Amino acid sequence: MVSIIVAGLTTALGSIGPAFAEGRAVVQALMSIAQQPDESNTITRTLFVGLAMIESTAIYCFVISMILIFGNPFWLHIIGSGP
Amino acid sequence: MGEIHISTDEIIFWQSGWFQLNATIVLTWVVMAVLVVISMWVRSRLTNDTKIPKLQNLMEVLVETIQKQIGEVSGQDPTPFVPFIGTLFLYIAVATLLGIVPGFNPPTASLSTTAALSACVFFAVPFFGIRKLGFGSYVGQYFKPTWLMLPFNIIGELSRTLALAVRLYGNMMSGAVIAAVLLAFVPLFIPIVMQLFGLITGMIQAYIFAVLAMVYIASATRVRQEEDLKTTNSPTGLEH
Repeated sequence: MVSIIVAGLTTALGSIGPAFAEGRAVVQALMSIAQQPDESNTITRTLFVGLAMIESTAIYCFVISMILIFGNPFWLHIIGSGP
Repeated sequence: MGEIHISTDEIIFWQSGWFQLNATIVLTWVVMAVLVVISMWVRSRLTNDTKIPKLQNLMEVLVETIQKQIGEVSGQDPTPFVPFIGTLFLYIAVATLLGIVPGFNPPTASLSTTAALSACVFFAVPFFGIRKLGFGSYVGQYFKPTWLMLPFNIIGELSRTLALAVRLYGNMMSGAVIAAVLLAFVPLFIPIVMQLFGLITGMIQAYIFAVLAMVYIASATRVRQEEDLKTTNSPTGLEH
């Protein structure tokens, strides 16, 4: 029961940080493109790679939530050793 | 609501002892078969005339684009890296695209596949590094800037590899799980939108995986110049 609440909290809290960080990254990228439009290919590529790295933390939280909801080791153990 | 398969590892076709022929292996071989058959078909009618078949044109565009991107990201001659990085990108991209076919779950939605791909990158980095720089010079990189940094460099390597695997796995699995959950609740139009979104993120993740692998390999094979003679800047700015 507690693990359901924690699973919800994990994704909720874990998405806040990366969302802020990605917003700031995109703002900087857009300002750089506005300043140097001929470099926009490089800037876009770097932006995407940076976004992926920032996103990974959110994905770690999501994976843990999924494990808690669908493959909860505690429940599986309880069910396995049940009647 | 029925069972939601977290991964294709749980669909087992055949089992003998410790070896399980699960859906991940079968689907991986399907993707490999698609790639190999198309390539062999194009190879058999390779021509140099002014009019080339459309499939050959597509392949040439793909290979040239990958080569140019690798050249820009690494700042080095892209030829030794194109097979490896190109295969990584094409495998993940085709695995994602084939998800349109009903009954096909991308094998990258299973941690086994992504861990295997990221293990390939983990072994490829020293391979390319030693081939380019020589054994002593490559190992010497781990002792820069001081030998005290050796454990941190090694831990950095391992955590980068782990992050590669989990990033791809999390992205692909989340697409599959969200589509499955929505199918149970709102079965008409929303799952199609989520499927499209899953395709887009799959392609982006394929590109990111290939580019990150390239950045790791490039940072290992980069010939370290003296600090004050540094004339080439890495275009991505991701290397230290």
